[in-house]
Amino acid sequence: MATIYVDNKPYVVNEGRNLLQVCLSLGFNLPYFCWHPALGSVGACRQCAVKQFKDEKDKRGKIVMACMTPAAEGVRIAVDDEEARQFRETVIEWLMANHPHDCPVCDEGGECHLQDMTVMTGHNYRKYRFPKRTYQNQYLGPFINHEMNRCIQCYRCVRFYQDYAGGQDLGVFAAHDRVYFGRHKDGVLENEFSGNLVELCPTGVFTDKTLKGHYTRAWDLQTAPSVCVHCGVGCNTTPGERYGLLRRIHNRFNHDVNGYFLCDRGRYGYEFVNGERRVRTPLLKRDGALGPVTRAEALTEIGKVLSGPAVLLGIGSPRASIESNFALRELVGPDRFYDGVSARERQLLSAMLSTLRAPGVHSPSLREVGEADAVFVLGENLAEVAPMIALQVRQAVYRSTVPMGERLGIPAWHDSAIREAIQGRHGPLYLATVTGDKLADVATRSWCAAPDDLARLGFAVAHCIDPTAPSVSDLSEELPGLAKEIAGALRSAQRPLIVSGPSCGSLAVVQAAANVAISLSAAGAQHAALCYDAPECNSFGPALLDGHGLDEALQAAKSGSVYAAIVLENDLYRRADRAAVDAFLEGAEQVVVIDHTVHDTTKRADVVLPAATFAEGDGTLVNNEGRAQRFVQVFKAQGDVQESWRWLGELSRTAPSNGAWQNLDHICTRIAETAPALGEIARVAPAATARFLAQRIPRQAHRYSGRTAIGAHVNVHEPALPEDPDSPMAFSMEGFPSTCSSALTSAYWAPGWNSVQALNKFQAEVGGPLRVGNAGVRLWEVAEGHDHKYFEVIPPAFQSREKEHLAVPLHHIFGSEELSVLSPSVAERAPASYVAVNFRDAEALQITDGENVQLVLDGIPYRLPVRILPDLPSGVVGLPSGLPEMSWVKLPGWGKIVKEVPA
Amino acid sequence: MSERPLTANIRSNAPPLTVAEYEEAGGYQALRKALTTLAPAEVTKLIKEANLRGRGGAGFPTGVKWGFVPMGADAPRPKYLVVNADEMEPGTFKDRLLLEGDPHLMVESMILSAYAIEAEIAYIFLRGEYVLAGKRVGQAIDEARARGYLGRNILGTGYSLQIYMHMSAGRYICGEETALLNSLEGKRAIPRAKPPFPQTSGLFGKPTIVNNVETLCNVPHIVNRGVEWFKKLSRTKNGGTKLYGVSGKVKKPGVWELPMGTTAREILEEHAGGMRDGLQLRGIIPGGASTEFLFEEHLDLMMDFDTVQQAGSRLGTGTMIVLDDRTCPVGMVHNLTKFFAHESCGWCTPCREGLPWLERILKALEDGKGATGDLEEIRTHVKFLGPGLTYCPLAPGAMAPLGSALNRWRDDFEKHIRERRCPWR
Repeated sequence: MATIYVDNKPYVVNEGRNLLQVCLSLGFNLPYFCWHPALGSVGACRQCAVKQFKDEKDKRGKIVMACMTPAAEGVRIAVDDEEARQFRETVIEWLMANHPHDCPVCDEGGECHLQDMTVMTGHNYRKYRFPKRTYQNQYLGPFINHEMNRCIQCYRCVRFYQDYAGGQDLGVFAAHDRVYFGRHKDGVLENEFSGNLVELCPTGVFTDKTLKGHYTRAWDLQTAPSVCVHCGVGCNTTPGERYGLLRRIHNRFNHDVNGYFLCDRGRYGYEFVNGERRVRTPLLKRDGALGPVTRAEALTEIGKVLSGPAVLLGIGSPRASIESNFALRELVGPDRFYDGVSARERQLLSAMLSTLRAPGVHSPSLREVGEADAVFVLGENLAEVAPMIALQVRQAVYRSTVPMGERLGIPAWHDSAIREAIQGRHGPLYLATVTGDKLADVATRSWCAAPDDLARLGFAVAHCIDPTAPSVSDLSEELPGLAKEIAGALRSAQRPLIVSGPSCGSLAVVQAAANVAISLSAAGAQHAALCYDAPECNSFGPALLDGHGLDEALQAAKSGSVYAAIVLENDLYRRADRAAVDAFLEGAEQVVVIDHTVHDTTKRADVVLPAATFAEGDGTLVNNEGRAQRFVQVFKAQGDVQESWRWLGELSRTAPSNGAWQNLDHICTRIAETAPALGEIARVAPAATARFLAQRIPRQAHRYSGRTAIGAHVNVHEPALPEDPDSPMAFSMEGFPSTCSSALTSAYWAPGWNSVQALNKFQAEVGGPLRVGNAGVRLWEVAEGHDHKYFEVIPPAFQSREKEHLAVPLHHIFGSEELSVLSPSVAERAPASYVAVNFRDAEALQITDGENVQLVLDGIPYRLPVRILPDLPSGVVGLPSGLPEMSWVKLPGWGKIVKEVPA
Repeated sequence: MSERPLTANIRSNAPPLTVAEYEEAGGYQALRKALTTLAPAEVTKLIKEANLRGRGGAGFPTGVKWGFVPMGADAPRPKYLVVNADEMEPGTFKDRLLLEGDPHLMVESMILSAYAIEAEIAYIFLRGEYVLAGKRVGQAIDEARARGYLGRNILGTGYSLQIYMHMSAGRYICGEETALLNSLEGKRAIPRAKPPFPQTSGLFGKPTIVNNVETLCNVPHIVNRGVEWFKKLSRTKNGGTKLYGVSGKVKKPGVWELPMGTTAREILEEHAGGMRDGLQLRGIIPGGASTEFLFEEHLDLMMDFDTVQQAGSRLGTGTMIVLDDRTCPVGMVHNLTKFFAHESCGWCTPCREGLPWLERILKALEDGKGATGDLEEIRTHVKFLGPGLTYCPLAPGAMAPLGSALNRWRDDFEKHIRERRCPWR
């Protein structure tokens, strides 16, 4: 700790910080632009000027930039100094000289850091009387709108895009007062984190293009704390709604999870909520066609079957909340609750889960991923399946080199100098994936191979680390050296990390990764961690409820028994073979589907109940780390839309099992009682009965406009506020805007701080955890002890076949996930289906890029264009996973490529 | 005539000395002497004792700078010596004379200096327009290599050095040493924050010394002739000779090697031949464009680092620009400001936005469109584009002539506004 003097008052501050960090942490309103808590200091904007004095006697002092000056013991500065204040005002005046002053038509208006800083410095009247410069704007794709005239050249965008996120196609061009931030030419911003520019840009250069399509001022958005539903990482989000339409997703800071950032799938996938395929009313099949009915009619229809002789099968979902899955289990009974994922995925998930919950294996938070100092990625193309993990791995390999700069006396926050000293070196990162990976630019070594070979590498690494781990026989020539190198890097690291997951569909890969983690633990590594990504937002949820396999349910069709099925937020055609699902749905006495979106399964239902999306309901999701996180209802959906668990509760009351719960807290209590693995669920967020100064927490900003006018064209009476039985939040601007629970805080605001950077005021130290702690509860912590149970089954080396190829799934950040691809902007970025083949195989098959071929899998032919992927191993072909136009295929699986012969 | 070691070999209108001629004139003797009889630290010690001060503009003691370089077996490697030959300062053409006139002196100086800091690699960062200098230095490097002065195991001493020449793509800011390093690394030519200084984290993050051409060219002579000789070359405490230059409306503009501390009057009148007939001197910018104006009353001052600084300006590059009474001072500073605004790298706000604003105000004054408050605005800019407030010294350098011109010739500025025209037009 160091004592510094600000405006002649002593403060004890953390050492190793700069003056801007400590001033902001102490609560001073010091304006800044180029500095960002996640990006460090570069000293470009000159906005955070303060006066520094040599000692008590020094009355003159000199102006220094707070962000570039260490907060060393005894430093004396004045924030409240006339000359420094004038300088700060002048900096704003310079920045505003060419700014278009178009706030009334600017999307950033009302949450603009430049507006805030301008007001903060007191700059009012412009004296610049000459023409302003203007720029040409660029088309940057479906996510980002570009308006360069507003730019104040803080350089944050390129620093984030290039240095932080590893992007290549956004740069800074030209010089002097013509500096330009954009692409070399118009085109889609390629980096999968481009959407963060919207929040990073301190003004309106980069704005959310999807928001523009249905624009609403930030202060008019109704928000609630939420969790992203588009992969298993569980990034915290702030969805914003107005007039029943979800308008946008913003980041919600969680120091343990996503920090300041989101991936583009998470930010732009939301539009499925507003989609035309939404189910808004109960639907009933009459004469072979589904049509809207009242909720009473629908419930009566279902009630008939519930009280009948049919065995009721409940099929859960990894994209539905814990509560909804649990409610289904309660309704149908644990014996007839199925977890709703394919047999292979179920196998993978349970292997992952049992490993993560075994003693000695630490499941790291996303923040901890970014703190690793040696990383081994086995099987996962992270940028496609769990982009935020990729982003953190990128930080890990950067951060682990920062001490090199610190040894030269450069403080860690001095971003440009650290990067200069490091010269692009990075910590150990080993990638073993089926095909080339986006992290390859920072990888020590990248290796592409068939899943079985990846697994063998993993097993070999484990054996190198701990000789008691099973050894791999007949390793091909390059592998022993590589395995030894990886083992060495992991062993000599303080915080080694293995990242793996289910995306190449290989149990051996998942087990090999487990063996590496176990071997590190056995070898005495104190802080080794194993991070598995999970495919969906609640993949671990149904697994923790001990659901049975979907395949068992599908067997019912063959058993001849009389059964009915309730399908929870699940399109079974994405989980299993089409014929099997057809047979199952046709054989059922009644099929009830509770979902928010029409898909192939709802089309074959007898009754469809309209489920709430994450934005319209409350629930809890368990992420890949084992962290349970609450999403709170953002807005009341119109009509009969409600949470699936609420529908299931209503059904229970008509059935013998008779659930007693009426609201989220009731069901959470019940979960805690009956599912020991989820015992902590009630602690995830405060109960609905909690009050803050005897009031609820408003979902709307205090500046929310037009409350009494909304709907006045229909009825001049102010409508009654909707009730919220499930959370202590109110659908109102009234209440007490408490921030005392991060699980109940969606928007941060402080006087003078209207942009996202108001967050500074709620962190104990800027950039650090929230003062009230981070949202979410980890369901398990690493248990003491070394239970060295290695997985023993090592697959034989991959053998390519003469006439067949092993088809493996290839994942796409845009396209592979079911819901986000329903957003028009994400759909625009999704690839068309294809079959990927490497050069040599293509040559052998005499096929060329773009040519149509037939891929025959399980006897079913798929006509697909060829895409040449150079990194793909020989004998392996790739199929895009989960694209809307692709039906479910069991992958990996052997298939045959047939060249089309022109007729 | 006093001794002029730096330009002794330079013959007007004749090609530079070949390596053989240079050797015959005593060239590469200093190198031989140092490499065979002096340890690197001893060379640095000599330069420190000679109190050689940087001729690029700042006047920082060269030996002290070298002393910051980590030495010995544990030092990060490779270490670099970089010659700043990006001579783009307006009115400055002294290094060009050395580069074109005696390239072997440059090469020998580089090898010697690199030896002093145990550098393995040396770069010469040459202004893009100095095509002839590039050709001649390039040839000198080749010749030196052929003679064993460069490359592996120089003169059998075990010391190895590679020299690379880099022709700049042409930005004034590349003359700022850290921007030069960024440019050399293939990055945008923006300066770096100091600390860290290049001596600890310089080119490619390694210990690096950046020195001006003229500075380094003194090194062989100090090694050869000794510290006392060097000090005696000068008329002041700042030792050695200095290349002084004059441009503007004088009879004989040019550049001359004279004892350090020669007075401005002597330079102007004896060497530059005085003002052209009918013109009166109004002021001089003593050291390139980035220094404050000096005036008639300063002409008898000795032009060395300390004296000029005491008079409120800086010696800078020692190449003065002369303002006469038939040239508008506002027009002159407008011209300079336009240059600086254009050469701003665009990194920090005051420079990027402040200089173009100033340029427009000055242009307005010149066009008869000045407004009340303009001079106040210039004052604010001069104050807030000052040292320490901007990221690098470019903008403070730009403020030096402008601020001093406004102080001295406020009447002329006001007249532009009052009469709504430039009185010189």
